[in-house]
Amino acid sequence: MSVRMIWRKSLNVAMLSLTGVCVLITVSVLFFILGYLVYNGGKDLSWNFFTRLPAPVGEVGGGMANAILGSLKLLLLAALFGVPVGLLGGVYLAEFGGRTIPFIVRYTADLLNGVPSIVIGIFAYALVVMPMHHFSTLAGGVALGIMVIPTVLRNTESFLTDVPRSLREGAFAMGANKWKMVATVVLPAASRGILTGVLLALARVAGETAPLLFTAFGNRFWSPGWDQPTSSLPVVIYTYATGPYEDWHRQAWAAGLVLLGMVLVTNILVRAFLTRGTAYERS
Amino acid sequence: MVTTPNAATPADIPGNSRALVRRWFGGDEIAHLITLIAAAVLLLIAVLLVYQLWVLSAEARTRFGWKFFVTETWDPVSGEFGALPFIYGTLVTSAVALFLAVPLGVGAAIFLAELAPPKLSSSLTFVSDLLAAVPSVIYGLLGVFLLVPVMRTSVQPALKKTLGFLPLFKGPSYGIGFLTAGIVLAIMIVPFVLSVSREVLLAIPRDQREAALALGATKWESTWKVVVPAARIGIFGSVFLALARALGETMAVTMVIGNNPKIAASLFSPGYSIAAVLANEFSEATGNLYLSALIELGLVLFLLTFVLNGLARLLILVTTARGSGVLPT
Amino acid sequence: MNSAFPLMANSGAAAASSTDRTAEHNPAMTTSGANTLRMKVTKINFYYGKNHALHNVSMDVATNKVTAMIGPSGCGKSTLLRTLNRMHETLRHTRLEGEIALDGVNILTLDVTKLRRMVGMVFQKPNPFPKSIYENVAYGLRINGHKGRLDDSVEKSLRRAALWDEVKDKLHKSAYALSGGQQQRLCIARALAVDPEVLLLDEPCSALDPVNTAKIEELLFELKPTCTLVIVTHNMQQAARVSDSTAFMLNGDLIEFSPTGHMFTTPSDPRTEAYITGRFG
Repeated sequence: MSVRMIWRKSLNVAMLSLTGVCVLITVSVLFFILGYLVYNGGKDLSWNFFTRLPAPVGEVGGGMANAILGSLKLLLLAALFGVPVGLLGGVYLAEFGGRTIPFIVRYTADLLNGVPSIVIGIFAYALVVMPMHHFSTLAGGVALGIMVIPTVLRNTESFLTDVPRSLREGAFAMGANKWKMVATVVLPAASRGILTGVLLALARVAGETAPLLFTAFGNRFWSPGWDQPTSSLPVVIYTYATGPYEDWHRQAWAAGLVLLGMVLVTNILVRAFLTRGTAYERS
Repeated sequence: MVTTPNAATPADIPGNSRALVRRWFGGDEIAHLITLIAAAVLLLIAVLLVYQLWVLSAEARTRFGWKFFVTETWDPVSGEFGALPFIYGTLVTSAVALFLAVPLGVGAAIFLAELAPPKLSSSLTFVSDLLAAVPSVIYGLLGVFLLVPVMRTSVQPALKKTLGFLPLFKGPSYGIGFLTAGIVLAIMIVPFVLSVSREVLLAIPRDQREAALALGATKWESTWKVVVPAARIGIFGSVFLALARALGETMAVTMVIGNNPKIAASLFSPGYSIAAVLANEFSEATGNLYLSALIELGLVLFLLTFVLNGLARLLILVTTARGSGVLPT
Repeated sequence: MNSAFPLMANSGAAAASSTDRTAEHNPAMTTSGANTLRMKVTKINFYYGKNHALHNVSMDVATNKVTAMIGPSGCGKSTLLRTLNRMHETLRHTRLEGEIALDGVNILTLDVTKLRRMVGMVFQKPNPFPKSIYENVAYGLRINGHKGRLDDSVEKSLRRAALWDEVKDKLHKSAYALSGGQQQRLCIARALAVDPEVLLLDEPCSALDPVNTAKIEELLFELKPTCTLVIVTHNMQQAARVSDSTAFMLNGDLIEFSPTGHMFTTPSDPRTEAYITGRFG
């Protein structure tokens, strides 16, 4: 073999191996993150963590019950605000739209999806916090709800358009009008995919911290109702991790494990049961 | 399933309220309207968002004008606000992130698209997608407690020893700063580069590779000199997408960048980014000018990500359309 | 240019060696004399996973002649063609048993990139790279290394492919600006640039109109003296026009292999006759 050939062959093996190394690095990061969180966070998880309120600042002990409840309330609001709009909007795009309006709507959804979450937080601040003159769960819910809409909308549209023509024509042939056809035939057929899209969108906003920093803000106690500032899991992780107390740091790890666990489990379960994934979910 | 035909004729309606209800709630018109309203809500939100950003930043915009972008001072006390440190920090950390993430992501994408058997390729892409789902604050958590000490005690001193002649690697190393933030960002954006690049590579038709191999090219030569160049536009798209993400990343960055509005050549120096300052100071901003300046920063961030995302989607669309033969090259 | 497409093996092309004479007068293919045979396929079996796609196929490829392979869809002719430059290895789950020799050397022991330089391929659908015309032809030269000026080698290949006059003023334009027939000739030029001993053509005209098909068939004639050609075609008339020897395949078996004139006038096997007379396709 000539020198040139040896060089070409060696380069081939070297570069291709290098690409394999790239994959290895990328994949092992996830496992490392998981492993470290389980290791560090697992030892501080206890019944207290889930049921007690935070201890007075500087004291050891206490838990994150209020943060967990706060996150749940925020998620509920986000779902309430975001899912109907996204769902119905997706139905509009898939079933009723013409050419220009759907194009504009899709473009806007993509645009909104790409807006950094902290800017969404600013918007929710302007919309809710400023008129109310104080932080609230409602403001946080609005921020998260806005983030849910584009994903759910595009996802719904995607799965609806995937439903085959033959199903629709079958319904028409039996005398159903368009709305009946969509509600009773098309939506059920697409329901699994739509549901997965909704769950993934909610899992994503469950981990969002930035938009809550000046909407829901934070709370060391329970937050009654919807118009008071509330604690939430991601914000507490941030506050505790950047705080000065050792105990806080340990709790941050535990909370991190809980949050990551919820997000990953949701993602894995949902994606595993999805028969067809849309690229949109990744963005 | 049998549906009662909805043919309510004008003669039936008045007086027969059940028929009226059925017609209204079973009607296409109202369904069309409701769904249209939902879509309109989305448009309204987007318009309102831009409007609010514009209006609420008015005070700062009129006070500072274009100087805002070149002023280095950020002093809430004296009321002097300049965006330069934040723009600088955002750009520097993003540049570091891209420098690390693009080779890693494209390299991994090449492996997954060209070398790995289809099943392995899908499962590994799945893992990468899971990485993209990890919340920012978790990356921040690991960054603060794991990466920062490692940077301070091992990586940065090593860099100083070997490359310390460069202004990039001078100065005291605290572990936090531009470099650390860039590294965390890199890890966060690799999945985006990877998944999009992989898709555009897969979209290049098989016969291009075959043509190269039939000429006696090695697999690497076929990949690097034919497939990747053919997909380069889409790969640029993935880079823009990743950059847009990096610009807007808040939590992980603010936890490791040092939160100091300083402009320094050294990557070891603490700094600040637009998203980070918003996270830290927004809830405590006193006075309209302060808030307005912050919101102007938010507006800048919005515009940057808007343009980048738009470009990115365009590029990706062009490549996949070309690759599947829809568009001529 | 001459339009008399001879059916007999002794076409007007100049013989590359004196032993070609023997082959011309002998209706049955000779297996003696290694320099009359560029490539020799001996009892190969090919598997796509569990599917036994080629059964005990043997065939000879004579030097500086055109060998054609015909048969109905799915008979294995393209599969066989692709084993000749080991392109089957780019697919997963394929297995090849048996021996294929190039100038007496088993190609399975040769370095595959070296083999593919010596045995080139032109595909069914023109597949130029999204580069300029010049860069398409130069690609193989840049990769494999070449002597002399690149410009000269590129020009030489384009002339051999009868494309030079049409593109000499626009070498740096995109290859995609060319018509289908021109693109296919560009692919031929690209393959010729690395000076292969054998050129494999997989239904090269099936995506082209009759005018371009005729141009390429003429081209094959001009190439014959300096290159050995193996062509797969679903068009029997094309095989009859263009080739010196023809192989008829059916369901993975090589049914008959003989000089073209012989096969199309007095086929030995009834199945060959049935195919040629159009009783099945």
